[in-house]
Amino acid sequence: MKITKKEIGHVAHLARLDFSEDEKEKFTSQINTILMYMDILNRIDTAGIQPMTHAISLNNVFRDDTEKKSIGTEIALANAPDGNMGLFGVPKVIE
Amino acid sequence: MSQKNNMEFNQLTIHELQEKLRDGSLTSVEITESVYRRIASVEEKVHSYITLMEETAIGQAREADRRIKEGNADELTGIPIALKDILCTEGVRTTCGSRILENFIPPYDATVVRKLKDAGAVFVGKTNMDEFAMGSSTETSWFGITKNPWDLERIPGGSSGGSAAAVAADECIASLGTDTGGSIRQPAALCGVVGMKPTYGRVSRFGMVAFASSLDQIGPVTKDVEDCAIMMNVISGHDTGDSTSVPAEIPDYRKFISRDIRGWTVGIPREYFVEGIDPEIKDAVDETIKILEDLGAKCIDISLPHTEYCVAVYYIIAPSEASSNLARYDGVRYGFRATGGEDLLDMYKKTRSSGFGAEVKRRIMLGTYSLSSGYYDAYYKKASQVRALIKSDFDNAFKKCDVILTPTTPTPAFRIGEKVDDPLQMYLCDIFTLSTNLAGIPGISVPCGYTRTDLPIGIQFMAKHFEEGKLLQIASAYEKNSKIERRRPEL
Repeated sequence: MKITKKEIGHVAHLARLDFSEDEKEKFTSQINTILMYMDILNRIDTAGIQPMTHAISLNNVFRDDTEKKSIGTEIALANAPDGNMGLFGVPKVIE
Repeated sequence: MSQKNNMEFNQLTIHELQEKLRDGSLTSVEITESVYRRIASVEEKVHSYITLMEETAIGQAREADRRIKEGNADELTGIPIALKDILCTEGVRTTCGSRILENFIPPYDATVVRKLKDAGAVFVGKTNMDEFAMGSSTETSWFGITKNPWDLERIPGGSSGGSAAAVAADECIASLGTDTGGSIRQPAALCGVVGMKPTYGRVSRFGMVAFASSLDQIGPVTKDVEDCAIMMNVISGHDTGDSTSVPAEIPDYRKFISRDIRGWTVGIPREYFVEGIDPEIKDAVDETIKILEDLGAKCIDISLPHTEYCVAVYYIIAPSEASSNLARYDGVRYGFRATGGEDLLDMYKKTRSSGFGAEVKRRIMLGTYSLSSGYYDAYYKKASQVRALIKSDFDNAFKKCDVILTPTTPTPAFRIGEKVDDPLQMYLCDIFTLSTNLAGIPGISVPCGYTRTDLPIGIQFMAKHFEEGKLLQIASAYEKNSKIERRRPEL
């Protein structure tokens, strides 16, 4: 067993997801199968190998610090589920 | 049926249509109307599209006809093209196959969309896909399943299943897909069309909804290799909107078509011919080797020793990057918001839990776990180290050969529902295509025949970084000499 149902609950909270008990059972079993398969990586000695995070060598990209035109409030809010009064509306954040 | 040709216009390739448009024997409006007639007759069975753009398409076609008359035709002027619904289109809904983006209308075009527009393309519609491009069968879309035009009880592959099915069913002339672990090449193989994943950095990702940013690339799905070259000419190139796009010179890809491959060395990695490969696919590759040898290429045995680790590495790295990229869907700035959230945190959880489907949630969970404190070294770091070994396998192999030949998929298209409840089996479908994304190199899938039950088979060529030209050269030499009967699915 790589991951328990309780840990699945914790990871779900970190990922801002909620699961029913049934879903938790199913995910625990499926994710265990997948993580067990990942064990094959432990057959390889990777001591001293630099992790590869990009497919090609990348350099920082800079541009001149000049103002660019923005899309403006109206367009920025056009897709918001609650975008009245020029603001993004959300449920209460603080008690 | 027109008197001009015994084929319908929608069945023709880009280069065939270009000629007819330029010599005035055909108009873009006629071509576009033939595409929508085809859609009207087969779309209900195949379901390639999420959104159709008929009204604007006819307008674009009229504009294209005007440009052609004035002598201002560009590379794709008047050609009906379909776009995977992961590419942002200004003013046109872009869902990424997800409920969470069900009503998202982008305020801008992806760079590739703008480039196609500038080249005169007519946009047919937005194609169906696995939700957030996570899948190998187009079964995880919120908008329903796409069927394989060759057998409606089978999957078209994925995640660009809609883009491949639309080309195979002649519901467009060519399309764009995206490929994070095989999502262009695998559906192209299973639907009997050509699909290319360019080198990482060759095509701008600006305006493509991000899945795994170090692996994602946009590429063409076409009816033949020459069309693939034409599409690559239009979409390639540096873009300041994507800091990972490479400022390298772009050759004229069309020039690589119809050059010979005499004296080339083709590497056949022995690790790709192990258990699980369908015998008919193995036979098709053997046949391909014979044809390449007849064309003057030498086929040699090579080794990519870390091949068996690709699936494990990929399914740690891709979900890790996805869990971070998909954190943005929170029901605040755009997309779906669930009702009844008591406070902000509750609203986030309710929105994400009902906005994402099971496979997306599974990958977010896997990724969050791999990146979480205490497990990072064992999973994400370990996978990134093995990724470096996979890349060096390719560096070593390309010292001995010009290109590598493999099957694109271990089996032909499987049945709808067959692997839905077994995520690991589904992940293993990508076994031959993942490695190019991990290494960042380009790959192309080309049709190489049919099984006894009439399902298409594809072969894959891979080359060094930025050597798409070589892929087009060998793929077109093979295509021209393989003498494979060109069939169309009966719908």
